[in-house]
Amino acid sequence: MKQAYTWSAIAVIVFASTTGDVLLSRAMKQVGDVGALWRLSGLWTVLGRVLRNPNFLLGVLAMTTAFYSLLFGLSWGDVSLIAPASASLTFVTNAVAARIFLHERVDHRRWMAAVLVAGGVVLLAA
Amino acid sequence: MTFRKYLVLAGVTLCASIGDSLLSRGMKQVGSISLHHLSDLILAVLNPSVALGILLLLGFFASYMTALSWADLTYVLPATSLGYVLLTLIAKFYLHESVTTSRWIGVLLISSGVGFVTQGPALTHHPQKANPYEAEYEPASMKDGQ
Repeated sequence: MKQAYTWSAIAVIVFASTTGDVLLSRAMKQVGDVGALWRLSGLWTVLGRVLRNPNFLLGVLAMTTAFYSLLFGLSWGDVSLIAPASASLTFVTNAVAARIFLHERVDHRRWMAAVLVAGGVVLLAA
Repeated sequence: MTFRKYLVLAGVTLCASIGDSLLSRGMKQVGSISLHHLSDLILAVLNPSVALGILLLLGFFASYMTALSWADLTYVLPATSLGYVLLTLIAKFYLHESVTTSRWIGVLLISSGVGFVTQGPALTHHPQKANPYEAEYEPASMKDGQ
């Protein structure tokens, strides 16, 4: 039963974290190049655009959910399983979600990078 | 990719790993916090390591958002994962912890992943975009890291 709770927590963390990353990425693409915008219109314009973007606010909400799910997960399960499993799976799910929802061109190089980094994270926590 | 953009990616990596380390050290100095004394959590912010850690994590968030404004998510995430490698090097050479062979292999895999992704383009071009500030837009003053 404890295993089921642990893997449920990992699933929620990965889902919320991926949702947050995709929403934040979409928000920042809608805002545009922050450096260029800052030079042309100033810091307050940049902050106003970011903070008024609904995708940014939803992204922060999703990341907050991921953070608290991690805290709850750690109170039930083993940190040596939950932390690396959620971190490494998030690299892979982000690649899938970015391809589907952000229409990013995830070529073999990016797939290799996501898989290598995910594997590396698992080994670092082992 | 300009030199300035590589600096932003380095900012994401450094702020996240050093911020996490400082928060971890600070919270160990503060001690365990009970659910019945949540006010201790507010007082923990007064610890210099915790305060500096929070500042660095704010810096991480700002540089992460900046990077996402001109690069793909599938570029930024692997490219900034060198933080894991940095933490291992800090553990080995600064904290003098023992690092196992499997962790060194992990470092090698992450470094290879970063090498793969940084050799490719940072952004997928969508020709239908109309926003004049979209990530493809790069004023002449930014080119070549000026």
